[in-house]
Amino acid sequence: MLRFFLSALGLAVVLHATPASAELRAFVGATLHPIDGPPIDDGVLLVDGREILAVGARRAVRIPSRAELIELSAGTVILPGLVDTHSHIGEVAGGDRSAPIQPEARAYDSVDVRSSGIRRALAGGITSVNVMPGSGHLISGQTLYMKLREGTTIDDLAYRFDDGSPAGGLKMANGTNSMRDAPFPGTRAKSAALVRAAYIEAREYLEQRESDDPPARDLGKEALAEVMSGKRMVHFHSHRHDDLMTAIRLRDEFGFRMVLHHTSEAWRVADEIAAAGVPVSLILIDSPGGKLEALYLEAQSAPALEQAGAEVAFHTDDWITDSRYFLRMGAFGVRAGMSRDAALRAMTLAGAEMLDLDDRVGSLTPGKDADFVILSGDPFSVYTRVLETWVEGEKRFDLDDREDRLIAEGGANALTPGDGAGHLHGAGPHAEHGDLQ
Amino acid sequence: MNRFTLKIHGMLRAPFALLLGLAFVSTAPAQDLAVEAGMLHTGAGAPIADGVVWIEDGRIRAVGPASSIDLPAGLEIIRVPVATPGLIDARSTVGLSGAMNQPHDQDQLERSAAIQPELRAIDAYNPRERLVDWLREHGITTLHTGHGPGELISGQTLIAKTRGGTVDKAVMVPSFGLSATLGPGATGHDRSSPGNRSKAVAMLRARLIEAQAHAEREDAPRDLALDALVEVLDGTRPLVVHADHHVDILAALRLADEFGFRLILASASDAHLLVDEIRSAGVPVLLHPSMIRAWGGSERANFSFTTARTLLDAGIPVALQSGFEGYVPKTRVVLFEAGLLLGYGLDVDEALALITSAPAEILGIQDRVGTLEVGKHGDLALFDGNPFEYTTHVVGTVIEGVRVSDVRR
Repeated sequence: MLRFFLSALGLAVVLHATPASAELRAFVGATLHPIDGPPIDDGVLLVDGREILAVGARRAVRIPSRAELIELSAGTVILPGLVDTHSHIGEVAGGDRSAPIQPEARAYDSVDVRSSGIRRALAGGITSVNVMPGSGHLISGQTLYMKLREGTTIDDLAYRFDDGSPAGGLKMANGTNSMRDAPFPGTRAKSAALVRAAYIEAREYLEQRESDDPPARDLGKEALAEVMSGKRMVHFHSHRHDDLMTAIRLRDEFGFRMVLHHTSEAWRVADEIAAAGVPVSLILIDSPGGKLEALYLEAQSAPALEQAGAEVAFHTDDWITDSRYFLRMGAFGVRAGMSRDAALRAMTLAGAEMLDLDDRVGSLTPGKDADFVILSGDPFSVYTRVLETWVEGEKRFDLDDREDRLIAEGGANALTPGDGAGHLHGAGPHAEHGDLQ
Repeated sequence: MNRFTLKIHGMLRAPFALLLGLAFVSTAPAQDLAVEAGMLHTGAGAPIADGVVWIEDGRIRAVGPASSIDLPAGLEIIRVPVATPGLIDARSTVGLSGAMNQPHDQDQLERSAAIQPELRAIDAYNPRERLVDWLREHGITTLHTGHGPGELISGQTLIAKTRGGTVDKAVMVPSFGLSATLGPGATGHDRSSPGNRSKAVAMLRARLIEAQAHAEREDAPRDLALDALVEVLDGTRPLVVHADHHVDILAALRLADEFGFRLILASASDAHLLVDEIRSAGVPVLLHPSMIRAWGGSERANFSFTTARTLLDAGIPVALQSGFEGYVPKTRVVLFEAGLLLGYGLDVDEALALITSAPAEILGIQDRVGTLEVGKHGDLALFDGNPFEYTTHVVGTVIEGVRVSDVRR
């Protein structure tokens, strides 16, 4: 009896292991948007384990007989997993109220992987996210690039630099959010002066580290050194046209790599941004105002930047906009005059490039991670729903699953306590507005 | 006076000029025009292919298929792919709350006391606020706005058209309801009371009982606050109660039952949990915007994109409100909020009703606005496609026969 039980158990293990080791799946019949090539009607997406094996038209891709065939209905659309270049899901935090410059604080140390925010992002088709500390500081800390794999610890989700450390950028900000009572700056000029002083100090620190008498290790200056060496991208929150130009001036002085974020008034300096070669992570908001520097926010920034030749990605800034309808922002870019191709790219590959992740994600390309979204229809239609979201060959969201649907649609106890509060931590003025009380 | 008038004034002798000038001033812009739409959503019956709305003196004179209406020669005709009734925002604070979000443009909430029914919206409404322009450019022609959520009774509301340089020119109903709040929204101030739900309800009951006594006194002196509450008690005006959590919605229903006032629930993000209770109380709901922000653990945390569908299926009168926004964006646009619901089981006409005929009924202005029918105001929103599709644009807005926006949004 015992022998029988053990052998049955052994068999079960083998049965379970076999499909796992040979997860070859062919998704057939959808319109594919590879992003790095033209759309493919009636396409085949062949996935081998964690990676994409082939992408092409039904007749052009040979589907191995051992592959699981998943026939999708006509009208279905597959996009690469969406890349959100700026989000606050997972109740992410950074610097506290003690100082305006805290590059030593890491988002990595604060993200709750059990937050429903991560599942909201998956419900919106998002598979890679740059989670960031808030904008209430000149430098609020190190951001974290996350892949929304299944996981129980942040290490299961974190992207890694080549040296094994958690990958991410550095969050910086200018304009009104980071202007507060001392020791925070009270003016724009003071904001820039404090940032310049910090980078000059970090540069000196770096030189002294190479000397015979190196100074004690300084986590903040190390992070700034990583920025100046180009390892760590600066993600710079900025709205007003003059603040955008100040950010570019700082970049030029200290030689860092930078993505401009939000950029409410990008439409006013689109040519200058394009000429400076700065990529933009843009947010579109349904109405202007809410603070002075968003008074002239216009969706026309999206087409203006595209036409000027700047690289554009979109972001949710969750919970400023909810990850569950991230695609809507691309559609609103199109509404304002952006091309559909540029808008699709802005949800995927452009963002991957801004996070230095485009060798793994951002397009449906053989060899890249099998991160993709199955949509019920046109990506930019109000009628379209996210049906499934896959990360590295694993189905992470399924609209037909009861619990996933609850997350996608909302309802009693859909949200874990604190989900959405990431925007509060160290976010400065955000926390003081009535809506958050 | 316009420039043309002034020029004549300079050319002619004074008495003549004065007469002429007056004549020009009294001539309002022509309120006669027609809208021809490839698809006309009247809100009263099925959409009409190649439909026409003929507006004369600001009122709808005829509406129907183009083939059935003979328009007079010389009438201005606007031709668009799609037209709908002018949109109605069922509950907003815009005009009292401004885009800048600085102290000087935030008049939607007075923090000095918990119950201030005497505060009138007409004394604070700014018809030139840029957010009013923004809403008008998105097809919203009627706005129920006023004092916002945030205190037990924060003040009065008004109903206005989104045009006119003064509140008197804009207003339809100078004082409509009283704005009330139950739940954490009413206790989030820095005073000691009300500090929790029980105290808040107790304070409200005490004040309403005081108003009952005030109403019965024949020699009652004039009291601006109690007089406004008496108008709630006698049904002259509704109490618009902002309540999200199911505990707070039930408290509102209980109060309406005790005092017999006309209750309108606002925001009501837990409404889907209380369908039977709300339906049997016969209470309409001004539902929160679809893109409401809620974080887990807050009173709005149970909100669902399917609540509108649930309430419609239950036969509960429901309209969409833009509500109050404290940060970015500074206002919601009900066109967008209704549109999102097409992904969650509503069709175009159902979504349209949430921001046209349904709010008109709930606000009691259905004889004037909300549908395109003969005799009603000539208010329309004009589109280049399905009004709710993300990539469609609003191409114009008409209020009482005047094209008040031709911005493409």
